[in-house]
Amino acid sequence: MLARSRDLPWFPGAILALLVFTALFAAYLAPQSPTAGDITAKLIPPVWMERGDWEHPLGTDRFGRDVLSRTIYGSRISLLVSLIAIGVAGTFGTLLGLISGYRGGLTDAFLMRVTDIALSLPLILIAVVLVAVSEPSFGNVILIVALLLWPRFARQIRGETLGIKEQDFVALAVVAGRSSAWIISRHIFPNVMPTLLVISTLQVGYVILLEGTLSFLGVGVPPPAPAWGLMIADGRGFLATAWWISLFPGLAMLFTVLAVNLMGDWLRDHLDPKLRQLGGRAEVLELLAPRPATPVADGASSRDAAAAGAASLRRDT
Amino acid sequence: MWRYLAGRALQMLLSMLVVISIVFVLTRLSGNPVLLLLDVNATERDQEILTRHLGLDRPLPVQYVVYVKNIFVGDFGNSVLTRRPVTEHIWERLPATVELGFVAMAMSVLIGVPLGMYSAVRRGSVLDTCARVFAVLGQSMPAFWLGLMLILFFGVVLGVLPAGGRGDFRHLILPAFTLGYFTSAAILRLTRSAMLEVLGSDYIKFARLKGLHEQVVLWKHGLKNGLLPVVTFAVLLFVQFLGGAVVTETVFAWPGLGRLILESITTRDYPIVQAGVLVLSALYLTGNLLVDVLYGYLNPRIRHARA
Repeated sequence: MLARSRDLPWFPGAILALLVFTALFAAYLAPQSPTAGDITAKLIPPVWMERGDWEHPLGTDRFGRDVLSRTIYGSRISLLVSLIAIGVAGTFGTLLGLISGYRGGLTDAFLMRVTDIALSLPLILIAVVLVAVSEPSFGNVILIVALLLWPRFARQIRGETLGIKEQDFVALAVVAGRSSAWIISRHIFPNVMPTLLVISTLQVGYVILLEGTLSFLGVGVPPPAPAWGLMIADGRGFLATAWWISLFPGLAMLFTVLAVNLMGDWLRDHLDPKLRQLGGRAEVLELLAPRPATPVADGASSRDAAAAGAASLRRDT
Repeated sequence: MWRYLAGRALQMLLSMLVVISIVFVLTRLSGNPVLLLLDVNATERDQEILTRHLGLDRPLPVQYVVYVKNIFVGDFGNSVLTRRPVTEHIWERLPATVELGFVAMAMSVLIGVPLGMYSAVRRGSVLDTCARVFAVLGQSMPAFWLGLMLILFFGVVLGVLPAGGRGDFRHLILPAFTLGYFTSAAILRLTRSAMLEVLGSDYIKFARLKGLHEQVVLWKHGLKNGLLPVVTFAVLLFVQFLGGAVVTETVFAWPGLGRLILESITTRDYPIVQAGVLVLSALYLTGNLLVDVLYGYLNPRIRHARA
């Protein structure tokens, strides 16, 4: 069922396309180097203000680094962190979810208890300790974000798997003597793909905010990388005199996350047949889990769904 | 019901143990605490004495057991920097964090419930659209950036509110809003959907047919029934604020526990970092348990299903 063109998510789509384009061609788009500063050109205001010039359209920071160029390169970091972290967490979580759902019994009980515990950990705090004892690094950020994300995938995919394995084609495959691995990869996995795509998209905005928060706190991407969170933190001491240092990377982040969230909502409404069936209920659940939350798939009971929604919200900050 | 609660409580304890273990492993990985505690001029003999004194010469499993035992009796050791017991530092800072959390919770309920309600009553109106934009933005805005922009606008440009620190109620407005914005957006959407459902019900139609005043219908008959999920939610939010405290307290130089933890990272005062993280984690996990209990109590489907 193809959506009519006016129903397509033009606004988020355009912003996302722009973002990917910017990240891919940052080297050609950025007027200056994102990390090399010119100390004689520090704290220059944006071009429309007095003292501003076209060499630095959005001004410079305290090291004389070009804010526009840093913001442009920052899109790379945000996208890279989200892609890798979601890739890692998605693979791991999906695998566990598939096994847990298909095997059932003790395996399922054990894996789901582990998932529950992982979901309940205050991971921002653990991230803080991790960085306190090591050093901030790109790898640590990915690790923390992936640790935070995998249980969401595991839970959701498990729920889907439970439903799919009851279908006739799975029973037939079992009768035909196919191995579990074959059934999971050929029959179950293709059927959870739409859900997987929806969950992944819904997590992107969350990951970008999380990476930003960690970087802002000094426990994320290490300087001098042009991460948006770091730039915002950089401008903190200059709010009264050079507000542009914090404003522009924040706007970039806001629009990116906004676009991803709107896109995720749209995908969920159009791709995930489970949620489409839920109809009116989907909205209620979405409300319970307002952030890039897990769409409900369990199908077991609305209580499970609501609790999962509430749970995912509580994990979000 | 009791089995359900016992299961939840057990799970919370397990989660706490996992947090404690992670913190233990991470801090042991970070190098020798003896070198950190001692003066640069300390001799090897000094190091040996302190190592034995701290029990670091014993096997790791024994150290772990001692570590866990100390945590459960509330002994977190002394601050490396001030030499005062860590618990004193924590107690000094905890009230500020709790205060901010409460005000933020109140603020998000006071903004979210009325807006959500009128958004539902006037569905499709300008107010409804505005409320929904407010909610969507709340989900996409980085809190630390919002905080800075609020400081810029109200503190620097207008100069009407203090930019940071703790003092009279005016100091609370900006940090509480920063902390509460995301959640007020969540409450708004929750109230809106709950009210939409309630307003379509027969007893609301009947109340209107009886000729009751519209406000009475909305607030007494409508809200009372729509509020149940929101109440559960509010507790949940408070817990969330404890977690978000690190960010907001940093932005607004709010002297709470979150900021203490970050300050201690900079000064490499690990005992405080450890204790702070464990205390916040314990509060967070206890709060989550409370929510589950409350949810189970309020929701008959759970109360009876798992009896």
